[in-house]
Amino acid sequence: MAGAPPRSRPADPYPPMTAGEAAARGAAGLRGQPTPSEVIAGLRATSHGEDLVQLLSPEGTFTPHVDFPIELTGGLLRGLYRDMVLVRRFDREGNALQRQGQLSIWVPLLGQEAAQIGAGRAMRPRDMAFPSYREHGVAWCRGVDPTQLVGIFRGTDHCGWDPRATRFNSYTIVIGNQVLNATGYAMGQRFDGVIGSPPVTGDGDLGDGELREDTNEATIAFFGDGATSQGDVHEGMVFAAAFDAPVVFYCQNNQWAISEPVAKQSRVPLWERSTGYGFPGVRVDGNDVLACLAVTRWALEECRSGNGPVMIEAFTYRMDAHTTSDDPTRYRLAAEEEHWKLLDPIERVRAHLSRQGLADQDFFDAVGVEADELAARFRAHCIAMVKPPPERMFANVYTEPHHQLAAQQREYLAYLDSFADQAGA
Amino acid sequence: MSPITTTLAKALNTGLRAAMEDDPKVIVMGEDVGKLGGVFRVTDGLQKDFGDHRVLDTPLAESGIIGTAVGLAMRGYRPVTEIQFDGFVFPGFDQIISQVAKITYRTQGAWSMPMVIRIPFGGGIGAVEHHAEAPESFFCHVAGLRVVSCSTAQDAYDMLRAAVACDDPVVFFEPKRRYWEKGSLDTDLNAATLGAWPPPSFRTVVRRPGTDVTVASYGPSMPVLSAAADAAATEGRSLEIIDLRSLSPLDLDPVIASVRRTGRLVVVSEAPRESSVTADIAARVTEEAFYSLAAPVIRVAGFDTPYPPSRLEDEYLPDLDKVLDAVDRALAY
Repeated sequence: MAGAPPRSRPADPYPPMTAGEAAARGAAGLRGQPTPSEVIAGLRATSHGEDLVQLLSPEGTFTPHVDFPIELTGGLLRGLYRDMVLVRRFDREGNALQRQGQLSIWVPLLGQEAAQIGAGRAMRPRDMAFPSYREHGVAWCRGVDPTQLVGIFRGTDHCGWDPRATRFNSYTIVIGNQVLNATGYAMGQRFDGVIGSPPVTGDGDLGDGELREDTNEATIAFFGDGATSQGDVHEGMVFAAAFDAPVVFYCQNNQWAISEPVAKQSRVPLWERSTGYGFPGVRVDGNDVLACLAVTRWALEECRSGNGPVMIEAFTYRMDAHTTSDDPTRYRLAAEEEHWKLLDPIERVRAHLSRQGLADQDFFDAVGVEADELAARFRAHCIAMVKPPPERMFANVYTEPHHQLAAQQREYLAYLDSFADQAGA
Repeated sequence: MSPITTTLAKALNTGLRAAMEDDPKVIVMGEDVGKLGGVFRVTDGLQKDFGDHRVLDTPLAESGIIGTAVGLAMRGYRPVTEIQFDGFVFPGFDQIISQVAKITYRTQGAWSMPMVIRIPFGGGIGAVEHHAEAPESFFCHVAGLRVVSCSTAQDAYDMLRAAVACDDPVVFFEPKRRYWEKGSLDTDLNAATLGAWPPPSFRTVVRRPGTDVTVASYGPSMPVLSAAADAAATEGRSLEIIDLRSLSPLDLDPVIASVRRTGRLVVVSEAPRESSVTADIAARVTEEAFYSLAAPVIRVAGFDTPYPPSRLEDEYLPDLDKVLDAVDRALAY
């Protein structure tokens, strides 16, 4: 599916500034604004290209795709709509909680709801996900309650859910690390022989009195456009290819790695990199939840049936800042965000539902009420989270006993107790 | 089985084989560990007998080896990874520090990381750059890792078995210049302690009792200490020789007990001297046995230079004369 990469790079009509130009800009007080070359890099990213898989247009028109069939039902569409609205709602609450001093930081997913819900809903219970740190929508699909995400950002834990039970690994903050971990997990799935069994169709009843369960599994690794520059992502793809690992490399290209545009990471579209590793790559409209769902379903099934790995580039946009500590006005123009607002992932589903008569105003109102209730529960839980006891600091550093650490813990708790004695005296 | 005489490398091979026979989840992975049997032949014959799904020749990428081993451990495997040479571990350092060491803590115990990272280390083989380093102090500084080093064939077997059985990640330093030195190995000797915690083979051991000066080290320097004790004995000086075996956590009680008797301690290591295992031992012995010390703790270690060209390594490495000189200085107080 990947095309031939261009032989040479076209000359950049907007080259970076010279030192003299930079000094002149600084003298003119323009230091904090994006340069022409930065603006152009951002605008380039709004060009989708002809290779984008799209099923639902921004206006809400559905067009089937021959390679990625999907059975459209009102229930499916309403469910995806609800997922995206609820996830966006608690994501906005996360931002608000940070601004009110309840969280030290929040990592917004605004704009990436379709990319995450589409991929998350394509997974089956047995599949394993390795997120980076923005995958609140995938977490939602894996049954991780939003309140379990918030401790990381309030500073009360590093992971508030059970990664084994949910098959949703802990958030991984070092860029790209999790891609190798995912590849290793998928290698284990291959060694365990849980791929390549004949698919079980229907309800698994083959008429011989025994119900069969589809035991095939796959792994999906989430990472961003910036991570594609990391050695670990490269090595993950090399290892996955070498061991035929059943892993989907799911790159959410949201166009910005904090302040650096995709052009800083790659000369070619990211999905084309898969060609170099010898496995297929697909670029999907990351703001189209149906396309993300259909393409990820296909990719996971390729892996489950023994044809992995597969790469997906979900072409989307980070509508908010990198984190609440970031200031995008320093490196990109508001016009770029305005362009992407027209491509909103939720509005197109709402338009389709309305136009096809698959949902009425009562449905949309009810989802809105449910979203507000979720946000209120999220907020109340967050505010009630207290500082963990000091013992927590020493817990689970090791699985087996460790006398040196145990001694440090004893000494520190005794030190704390000494203050209690003084207070009591 | 009665004791046999074998090399340290073969004892490691025997230990790996036994671990793989005992538990089908134990897998070996690294560069050239399959058909070649590893550049030091420690994994010799294992792929032939256990198959290439349990002895994995990996692409040449150390972060890839460690990072995929993390995922395999999550999947229920017990990976034994081989880093070909000490100086090649650093591409994998990020995964070791950021994931291997922290995942159990991050997930509040949901994942454990039963992984062994085998690293041939140390100098003395006339090698080119990056093939003779002693990087153990880096790993000792990291919470979540255990760090050990063997010095005899018996320990090579027992400690590797204990490391594979351990549910925590263990960085296992093998003294590469001692790979071909022979010793006694009885695979039954400590079989009953396999799975016990802490493993007896991870405890500090007094190799040779003495009364005048305590000399402690680990791994490749242990035969140097033995020779020093022999030489000192001819001058009427009695050295107590201690093998630390576990570098993180340190098992210092036997060292403290020894210092309480001798009053003098020399610590020996090939690693650069500052911010090192030897520095930590000096600090902690000073804290815990201050009134027993008749002399400062004296360190014999590598210089704080990069490892030199190999024609200079006899200047760099702790040797018999340097250890005896340190003993003289300790006794001069």
